[in-house]
Amino acid sequence: MHLKNALRAATALTLISSVGASAETITIATVNNGDMIRMQGYTDDFTAKTGHTVEWVTLEENVLRQRVTTDITTKGGQFDIMTIGMYETPIWGANGWLVPLDDLSAEYDVDDILPAMRGGLSHDGTLYAAPFYGESSMVMYRTDLMEAAGLEMPEAPTWAFIREAAAAMTDRENDINGICLRGKAGWGEGGAFITVTANSFGARWFDEDWNAQFDQPQWKEALTFFVDMMNAYGPPGYATNGFNENLSLFQQGKCGMWIDATVAASFVTNPNDSTVADSVGFALAPDTGLGKRSNWLWAWALAIPAGTQKEAAAKEFIEWATSKDYIELVAKNEGWANVPPGARTSLYETPEYQEVPFAKMTLDSINAADPTNPTVDPVPYVGIQFVAIPEFAGIATEVSQEFSAVYAGQQTVEEALEKAQALTNDAMEAAGYR
Amino acid sequence: MARAVSTRRKVMTTALAWAIGLLIFFPIYWTILTSFKTEAQAINNPPLFFGFDWTLENYSVVQERSDYMRFLWNSVIIAGGSTALGILVAVPAAWSMAFVPSRRTKDILLWMLSTKMLPAVGVLYPISLIFVEFNLLDTRIGLILVLMLINLPIIVWMLYTYFREIPGEILEAARMDGAGLREEILYVLTPMAIPGIASTVLLNVILAWNEAFWTLNLTAANAGPLTAFIASYSSPEGLFYAKLSAASTMAIAPILILGWFSQKQLVRGLTFGAVK
Repeated sequence: MHLKNALRAATALTLISSVGASAETITIATVNNGDMIRMQGYTDDFTAKTGHTVEWVTLEENVLRQRVTTDITTKGGQFDIMTIGMYETPIWGANGWLVPLDDLSAEYDVDDILPAMRGGLSHDGTLYAAPFYGESSMVMYRTDLMEAAGLEMPEAPTWAFIREAAAAMTDRENDINGICLRGKAGWGEGGAFITVTANSFGARWFDEDWNAQFDQPQWKEALTFFVDMMNAYGPPGYATNGFNENLSLFQQGKCGMWIDATVAASFVTNPNDSTVADSVGFALAPDTGLGKRSNWLWAWALAIPAGTQKEAAAKEFIEWATSKDYIELVAKNEGWANVPPGARTSLYETPEYQEVPFAKMTLDSINAADPTNPTVDPVPYVGIQFVAIPEFAGIATEVSQEFSAVYAGQQTVEEALEKAQALTNDAMEAAGYR
Repeated sequence: MARAVSTRRKVMTTALAWAIGLLIFFPIYWTILTSFKTEAQAINNPPLFFGFDWTLENYSVVQERSDYMRFLWNSVIIAGGSTALGILVAVPAAWSMAFVPSRRTKDILLWMLSTKMLPAVGVLYPISLIFVEFNLLDTRIGLILVLMLINLPIIVWMLYTYFREIPGEILEAARMDGAGLREEILYVLTPMAIPGIASTVLLNVILAWNEAFWTLNLTAANAGPLTAFIASYSSPEGLFYAKLSAASTMAIAPILILGWFSQKQLVRGLTFGAVK
């Protein structure tokens, strides 16, 4: 009897110690945005399910990018999971810096990830980061102002219509700008917007031999169109406006239209923050009839740096955070409008989510984006608002600074394009592409 | 007549000083004000100076989301530790340069200062690799060492300037009375240079407290000071200005209070030796 009890006690002790040994503390580097902060609040659910605890390092997007790049290249090993975007994932995956996510469990249902997201977060067909949320860009507009202007927004407008509507809605006396767009320097800010605009005008960053294309008429047409429209109907000082500045203007009722990230839809329709929450409509990003719309594709995704000692626990976290169950958890507690959008097909098949006003347009916008075939003419790169090569961030930041100088009235379109052409070709030559 | 001009000049100078002071203080005032607004009020255009409902919600959200005391404690240890270590190294160095100068002293001083002209990011990778090698990443001791080294040229320069004001004869007299090097520095030089050392300490605590490149790039979950705390509330995609302002106010409050109470010493030290 004593022997039996002793055996039972030993077995219990072994079980307890084995659970204790497998419980890890993982460190996650992440960005400061609404969905990510919300996820931090649900960490207890993950800990209760797996026993693992989580330490968060939240940083501003650009600081995070520098921090995790340094950590991964110096093998610092400070993070077990990194929040990275669609630009970094294929490059880092190709370098062998990330753990392939090719053995996720059957319950996770990897095939449920939206194909555009899965493609953008893979290299050579292998998934390297799981999307936490995804976004494209679309037109958000004031239905009341549009009606007052006697116009009707088509589901898929052209740039010509956008310009006409901007002219009709502009009311300088009442401080209403027909259109608000990003002009702020930075490859992920104004640089991203002018790149997708140029795509729809038939322009491209490089030809198939990696020669810069800023000397082509399509770039001149796109940039001139943008500058003329914004000077006439945009807010004053738009050269320094990014996402936040435009969000603020739109929420205060000072923009007739705003073309930007689809995630903004939940902000502008939230009556707690937005004064125009009940009069916002959505449409696809505009085109010029050449077959490419001016919408981008982006995802904030969770990836595991190669070399982490806690790979198994990190994978468990990724499976939890990007699962269908997590979406249901958020929906149950905070409503369907607040679940992380743009990552899973099943979300858009959920009847409750289909009732969310911006759900359909978000999905249509994501589906309209093709990172492997982003421009009218063929290109040697992947990426819509970026070119997935390591040199791009530096080059595009400089180019966007030249463009911002045009928006600020400090130089002409021709001067900016000439400088962009020269600096891009120089950088590409130095990097060995040409 | 001369007195009337002088009074007018005095009034003008005072008004100018107040205007500059208010201009410099305005961003801090605006940050504190914004921290008591809602996010919608924070972005209101025209800006709201009065007539809004003050709220403490941002502070409660920040408290709930972040472990403020941990960040604060890290800031205190890192700023205090790096300054103390810096003073320990710099006092003998400044003593030797001020009282036993060689032909190369001026060159060395200039060379030390020239290291401040290198952009920090230029040595990010070498420093990161050294930190990885010695397991110093995300440790307070690692940051104390780096911040000490970064601020050392300023500490040495400031102390050197103060020490130069002290007559060498006093030290000679001490030596004749049998004081060794240690006694000379500890019991004769240091007490005389207390105002200078105090202002050097204060300035370096402020510099180390505000340092936001190395403290962000060499930390993760454990050793992050208040700069990392603020950085976690900054976002290019989402309006969190009120929360960011609350976090900033909480981060600058301790150093603002320290500066307020020690402003006499700070000014006295900074002007020490200005008039011969």
